[in-house]
Amino acid sequence: MYRYDEFDQAIVDARVAEFRDQVARRLRNEISEEAFKPLRLMNGIYLQLHAYMLRVAIPYGTLDSRQLRMLAHIARRYDRGYGHFTTRQNIQYNWMKLEEMPDLLADLASVEMHAFQTSGNCIRNISSDQFAAAAADEIADPRPYAELLRQWSTLHPEFSFLPRKFKIAVTGSATDRAAIQLHDIGIKLVQNGDGEIGLKVLVGGGMGRTPLLAHVIRDWLPVADYLSYMEAILRVYNRHGRRDNIYKARIKILVNDLGPAEFARQVEDEWARVKPLGLDPPPSELARIAAHFQPPVLDASAPVAIDLSDPEFAQWVAVNTHPHKVPGHAIVTISLKAPGEIPGDASADQMDLIADLAQAHAQDEIRVTHAQNLVLPHVRRDALFTIWQALKGAGLATANLDRASDIISCPGLDYCTLANARSIPIAQKLAVKLAPQEADLGELKIKISGCINGCGHHHAGHIGILGVDRKGEENYQLLLGGSGAEDASLAKILGPGFDENGIVNAVEKVIGRYQALRTGPDERFLDTYRRVGAEPFKEAVYG
Amino acid sequence: MPRLLTGNRVETGDVIWWTGTGWSLHLKDAVAVDADGEALIARFAPQERINDLALIDADATDAGWRPRTTRERVRAVGPSVRPDFALPSIPVESI
Repeated sequence: MYRYDEFDQAIVDARVAEFRDQVARRLRNEISEEAFKPLRLMNGIYLQLHAYMLRVAIPYGTLDSRQLRMLAHIARRYDRGYGHFTTRQNIQYNWMKLEEMPDLLADLASVEMHAFQTSGNCIRNISSDQFAAAAADEIADPRPYAELLRQWSTLHPEFSFLPRKFKIAVTGSATDRAAIQLHDIGIKLVQNGDGEIGLKVLVGGGMGRTPLLAHVIRDWLPVADYLSYMEAILRVYNRHGRRDNIYKARIKILVNDLGPAEFARQVEDEWARVKPLGLDPPPSELARIAAHFQPPVLDASAPVAIDLSDPEFAQWVAVNTHPHKVPGHAIVTISLKAPGEIPGDASADQMDLIADLAQAHAQDEIRVTHAQNLVLPHVRRDALFTIWQALKGAGLATANLDRASDIISCPGLDYCTLANARSIPIAQKLAVKLAPQEADLGELKIKISGCINGCGHHHAGHIGILGVDRKGEENYQLLLGGSGAEDASLAKILGPGFDENGIVNAVEKVIGRYQALRTGPDERFLDTYRRVGAEPFKEAVYG
Repeated sequence: MPRLLTGNRVETGDVIWWTGTGWSLHLKDAVAVDADGEALIARFAPQERINDLALIDADATDAGWRPRTTRERVRAVGPSVRPDFALPSIPVESI
């Protein structure tokens, strides 16, 4: 894992001290809310429906046990005993008090964490593959490349006031677990015939009001040119991105308006000017960072065969573990989606338990997934039963990864000022209804957003649900056919919306039609939808 | 229709309601401000102690005030998915 150097720590400590002074001045009424609001937002603090909300950055979703225990401490000391893991690998706390925030941020800084650039029109937390350094299909660990971007983008003066927020994802595997086609910039590590690592660069993806898939603007970028090329992309966006209309300010609109080829041409022109300025760090700097991410030394002779005679345990192993690149090991996904519970929420006690398990059995690493689950990336298979038992005792052993009850949901109108409708209750009802049949349904990704901003990734759902306001009442649109994976596609609205009970019934009808139409148990819902189109589902729902 | 004055306390972010003489965490303590609402906002806004001052529509029911929109009912009670945090404002199940 990356460890802060003296520069990182000094930056974070200075920001805490600065914000402590700003909060004190606000509480003494020496600065107005109008002046203070952008300052608190720069530190990840929003005012939501019930209280202040703090969003803490978890760079590329990687934590160690010390950091997860601190997140548990914050939940206990400053919140109401829980936190909410988000769809951008961060964590949010819902019951913050402004007057306690400086102490909280100081606690965070003590474990090399912070909350800046989790709001505002800047480069946000860099997200990545939760299976990094463990996935069997990985070309290289994407996190050193994400960390280099983090350092480059942290408090970058030129890119602190972009036309709109900016999200970057980096992955190093053929399987896309980071949704790179749905980010402002998606980076994919690739390998040429000589075994060299390079970067494929995608630009202009995103969800929200105008969902678009990203375009490849470079199939191969030498690693040595990484930062200067990123600088060129951001400069073209900063120069031409629209600032007159918030709904047209994301880079995807610019790329779409110019056309990907013209956008790429402008980036290349800008890059020709930027590259000679010497912005790219020497190779030794990436090597220095990469040294922090050396894969753990794992025993490749660890036993592969384990006792699976307990059917419940066997089911969990089959569904919630993935092959590790080292024999005798597994990647464990801990579901935060027990049916009926709030997707992504974890109590302080649960966080402490997972930290203990990571320290004892997983090389002291935890990952946060954009699907709002947690991962232990490096686990000996002969420790799986012990881990499962501990998780089961804490309500964390639900075997539902990528199944119907593993639903992504934004906080929705239960917490969020931007939301038009509640999303969590829909997720809870659907999870309870669908859990009994989810083993038969196979991979089925349901994603729910409480407003058009799409934090619940509804456009990337095999089944997506979008909450809207219809004359003061909550209403839910049903979308089908999306994917955030390597086969990315955007879900399309099926027809008129429904009330809370109606949307649950509609999803059940869609699933019933899928079961009738699929060619066999191996054909996923998404595959069936792509094969037969929307009409049979429309007929099932609307008659 | 009755209108209530609400906002969020600067120090804590708590949702609060104007009672006629002060501020309360509980919707049941609110008073209708009706035509005086804008004047009250003009009075309190410059003091900078309450964020997001707003007038909301509510119905007077036998059980007390019931805000017209789901959003304001959720604000008044707490998250509908965490009844353990519900304030004694209106029944959480009626959100």
